[in-house]
Amino acid sequence: MRLSRTTRIALGVVTALVLVVVYLPLAVVLVNSFSTSTALAWPPPGFTLEWWGRAFQSEGALDAVLTSVLVAIVSTAIALVLGTLVSFALQRFAFFGRDAISLLFILPIALPGIVTGIALNNFFRTIMGVPLSIWTVVIAHATFCIVTVFNNVIARLRRQGTSLEEASADLGAGVWTTFRLVTFPQLRGALLAGALLAFALSFDEIIVTTFTAGSGVTTLPIYILNNMFRPNQAPVVSVIAVVLVLVSIIPIAIAQKLGGDTKPGR
Amino acid sequence: MTIAAPRPTLARRLSSTLSTHPRVRLALLITAPVAWMAIVYIVALVLLLVTAFWSVDSFTGQITTEFTWDNIVEVVTGALYQTVTLRTVGVALLVTIVDVVIAVPVAFFMAKVASARWERILIVLVLLPLWASYLVKAYAWRSVLSQEGILQWLLTPFGLETPGYGLTAVVITLAYLWLPYVILPIHAGFSRVPDSMLEASGDLGAKSWATLRLVVLPLVWPSIIAGTIFSFSLSLGDYITVNIVGGANQMLGNLVYTNVGAANNLPLASAIALIPIVIIFGYLALVRRTGALNNL
Repeated sequence: MRLSRTTRIALGVVTALVLVVVYLPLAVVLVNSFSTSTALAWPPPGFTLEWWGRAFQSEGALDAVLTSVLVAIVSTAIALVLGTLVSFALQRFAFFGRDAISLLFILPIALPGIVTGIALNNFFRTIMGVPLSIWTVVIAHATFCIVTVFNNVIARLRRQGTSLEEASADLGAGVWTTFRLVTFPQLRGALLAGALLAFALSFDEIIVTTFTAGSGVTTLPIYILNNMFRPNQAPVVSVIAVVLVLVSIIPIAIAQKLGGDTKPGR
Repeated sequence: MTIAAPRPTLARRLSSTLSTHPRVRLALLITAPVAWMAIVYIVALVLLLVTAFWSVDSFTGQITTEFTWDNIVEVVTGALYQTVTLRTVGVALLVTIVDVVIAVPVAFFMAKVASARWERILIVLVLLPLWASYLVKAYAWRSVLSQEGILQWLLTPFGLETPGYGLTAVVITLAYLWLPYVILPIHAGFSRVPDSMLEASGDLGAKSWATLRLVVLPLVWPSIIAGTIFSFSLSLGDYITVNIVGGANQMLGNLVYTNVGAANNLPLASAIALIPIVIIFGYLALVRRTGALNNL
């Protein structure tokens, strides 16, 4: 098959156009955060830093950031421990049901968020009789963050093999010493990459969060959702949106540098 | 030279027990994570199914754990649920079609026309927006589509108008959100088609169009279906985008959310949540024979 020059150029133009459409809306949000219009008007009637100042003084927004950071840190910590354990179990051992367990950890991001959300809401409220709080959000987030740690750690374990650990054991090191001095240093990059991705995933999550957050628990995405429809709040929301993108892109960039598996999942 | 045997401390004894008993090691590793997932997730999913057959006492607002078909019957026969289900499936299908129509030429360009260097750059450019928050992207389209927004400004010279907030906006925004998920598997599919096969087809006299239709399409078809699974299932469960750009329209997700929150009827909400689950499994069963599930 020989593609004509015209076809090649046409395909290139289509691709370029699609990429423009992909990035244009994000650029519009960035510009709107500096615009003097409160109604998202285009072209922006003027330039102002008022919204950035207001966003950084807004107590609601700052509280929401702290809540999100707390949720993300605790759920990342849980995900790190559980994800690492399960990666070792699935990579170093062959046993009946291994594939099923691997699927089990991927399920929370494979099913639509609303199914995970209502299942957990129902579980906490109806079955356990636990009122929703910040901790129910943490449990929900940890559940779907495990997979990012799992993906990174298991990929690294597959590459590094077990010969160094065997050598360490032959030289007389115990299980714990081998882990501390041989296995862990090799895993550090994968753990950091997994943790950053888990943090970003939790920091952004909205659907499962709306189903598991108690009243009064406002994460940053919930804050955005609540303020989006208020008149005059639109530019402040744009500022927070820009911050949110930066907060999630920077860890990803670092994770990519570390050579982790950065394929995101929902 | 002799090396003194390590002192038989408790840690040392534990360590040698562990190294000679792999089953114990496995059990220690796997118990906590699997217990977490089984309790928090599997039990929750199963109970979601069970709850759909319970009901809410209209006096006390408490849940009655007696088996009833009422919720299922209401969801299947109620006019509201039928309309909303049709609307949701329609939106999901449209989103999927739009995404495939856009993704196929882009993925083909990336895999077969662009140089290796540009292909890598394009993959990063396609992947990057996935990491921008879902909410931010939906909000971005709210800005773009607003009555005074950039789209209105761009279209006015051509005598056209922004579609504003409504179902069209929902389709545009959802198609935007899921596009990378559709491009990536299709790109992988095109990459697996060897160039030599395209040349052979050309040498045997097939025109470009015939090669695409008879050689490339059958090979890439499973990847295209894999991409549609993402856009279709993610659209079915969505309710935030509809809130943000959909005007007053409701999708299945909204009905679930209202019944969990304001109406406080979890059994009915669970029954409604079963609709997208059944549709997705139906779709998966339908496309299973194409081998698409191995391309996810």
